[in-house]
Amino acid sequence: MTQSTETRSEPALAQEGVVTRFLRATEIDTRLLGMVGALILISVCFHFAGILRTGNGVFLSPRNLWILLVQTSSIAVMTTGMVLIIVMRHIDLSVGSLLGVIAVIMGYAQVYVLGPWLGVGHPAIWIITILIGLSAGALLGGFHGYLIAYAGIPSFIVTLGGLIVWRGAAWAIIRGETVAPMDETFELLGGGPLDASIKATGSWILGIIVCVVIVLALYFGRKSRQKFNFPLRPMWAETFLGIVGCGITLGTVLLVNSYYFPPKLANEYAERYNIPIPEDGFLLSKGFAIPVLIAAAAAIVMTFVATRTRFGRYVYAIGGNPEAAELAGINTKRITLIMFSIMGVLAAISACISSARLNAASNALGQFDELYVIAATVIGGTSLAGGVGTIYGAILGALVMQSLQSGMTLLNFDSAYKDMAVGSVLVFAVWLDQIYRRRAN
Amino acid sequence: MTTTTTAHTSSTINAFADGRQPLVEMRDISIAFGGIKAVDHASLELYKGEVVALLGHNGAGKSTLIKILSGAYQRDHGDIYIRGEKASIDNPRDAKRYGIETIYQTLALADNVDAAANLFLGRELRTAWGTLDDVAMEAATREVMGRLNPNFRRFKEPVKKLSGGQRQSVAIARAIHFNANILIMDEPTAALGPQETQQVADLTLELKKQGIGIFLISHDIHDVFDLADRVAVMKNGRIVGTARVEDVSKDEVLGMIILGKCPPGAIPGPGALSS
Repeated sequence: MTQSTETRSEPALAQEGVVTRFLRATEIDTRLLGMVGALILISVCFHFAGILRTGNGVFLSPRNLWILLVQTSSIAVMTTGMVLIIVMRHIDLSVGSLLGVIAVIMGYAQVYVLGPWLGVGHPAIWIITILIGLSAGALLGGFHGYLIAYAGIPSFIVTLGGLIVWRGAAWAIIRGETVAPMDETFELLGGGPLDASIKATGSWILGIIVCVVIVLALYFGRKSRQKFNFPLRPMWAETFLGIVGCGITLGTVLLVNSYYFPPKLANEYAERYNIPIPEDGFLLSKGFAIPVLIAAAAAIVMTFVATRTRFGRYVYAIGGNPEAAELAGINTKRITLIMFSIMGVLAAISACISSARLNAASNALGQFDELYVIAATVIGGTSLAGGVGTIYGAILGALVMQSLQSGMTLLNFDSAYKDMAVGSVLVFAVWLDQIYRRRAN
Repeated sequence: MTTTTTAHTSSTINAFADGRQPLVEMRDISIAFGGIKAVDHASLELYKGEVVALLGHNGAGKSTLIKILSGAYQRDHGDIYIRGEKASIDNPRDAKRYGIETIYQTLALADNVDAAANLFLGRELRTAWGTLDDVAMEAATREVMGRLNPNFRRFKEPVKKLSGGQRQSVAIARAIHFNANILIMDEPTAALGPQETQQVADLTLELKKQGIGIFLISHDIHDVFDLADRVAVMKNGRIVGTARVEDVSKDEVLGMIILGKCPPGAIPGPGALSS
């Protein structure tokens, strides 16, 4: 595997196994395959365990998978930043508490400030609330970043302090009470209400746009490599990648469209938009939920930042060799500060999703989230030694964690046993990854 | 060494000088780390197309002096002049703006990214959209690596997976790709085999021909004696002396390194043993 593609002679190519040749041609990360395999295995096991236990497998039902996606979105948003924090050889233990305090700030603003001031239900409330939340996230995260980069306090300590301080601050702001309800438009961010998902048509349109983007990206990628006479992927591999990419996209659309609203809500929707209700009942697909779309957008934006911008390149270079980055003229302190600020913004986005989903803000919101976020990131292949990690891996890690929890909940496990299982899986996954890395080197 | 050459040397300090302006002039540089004077009032100059070997034991202060020039350390005292003008070098970015490129002993590569990312680290090429232009960077990397190390093919792999010589060539490529006019090589051949050492030597002479001024740092005079025009020896943070290689023997230079004794063919510095 360590040999370069171009130095291989033709006979050597012929001797290679079909699988190796396939993986090399398509440039698919073998660890990605491993993660997807693990996810499928977990799902199938839970499904059949459900059949054995209750005679009714629900894990692989559209309803459960749809809920699973919504439940994962808050953690998934934060993992996209945690990957880069850990790549930079830092850690952020404060994200759960940040989520809590920002949710409380936004809840307080909606219920006690903006509501009375503008009138409950005013269309600007949700926008102002989100702006307050995002600014608070950027400021608090940036403050952590400042202490780490310029005051030289280790990130572990700064964010451990933050974990305690911001949870306390969340309590202090609302004196332990639960603030509710949220603004009606703001609530859509949680995916609960009738309008909080984009239904069948919206999902199909989105799916088709994504497919077009995949095909165009493959085409232009190939064209620019051709221009410089670089080695190209074989045509069949390009086709394969295109088909798989579009297949997964359209498959997901089909999945989220197979989960329907309860008839009562569907009829309400039909009445509101004057859709005639057919004889055998009106089926209204949920489609993609807004929090899932937010998580997907966060993943796309952060992947873009990580792989296509100078900032991302510097984050990885600092993680690989901080001294070399400094000697290359990179302002490592500034990059550190910005990265922690971005992490704060992502925690604020998760705060929007979590409090909107609950339709309330309490000081306990996001408790232990930091642990789930870090666990998901590490399960997703990010090395705590720094320099290595991918955002898609972390998202898959978040899905694995959520699948385990949701699967065990469906099987009526006590939460004590759930915690024990999730913790063990974390250690087991990292152990597997170590073995893989040793083999690969 | 005959007395005539000695007399000749003391009259014209340096053949490269010829009344020309030095490319780099470090004047009276000092730096201390926690009370230890790592560099103590050191002065050194470098001319266009000249190779100066900076010699001394480990811990003599050579790397520290040179890291002040490359912007990695900030001096406590002294001035740096580039082409006669006072230069303010406070960090590696400043040094690069003056055309000073450094190949560090540790190579200073980010091990987890590929050759192109390392070559352009801190100076990435960007598209009209402001995003990284990876294809253009890879093309430039293929071009420069093709000159330095024609057998190099592993453009897509993190540099951690490369051999010592390949890593070295990435570090060299980074230093020469951006039209350096002052090149610092800190123990450039320490990790290399005989054949790769020869390649570095050939490259040094090639760059010298292009008019680049080169500082070669080494603790072993055999590595650099044949390449250098001049040697400068440091001991305990101070300059023992400088000499044209024609004017001193290897043994005399060894005497400078080990004992701090300045031979007649050399111009003594503040660190020379007073006899």
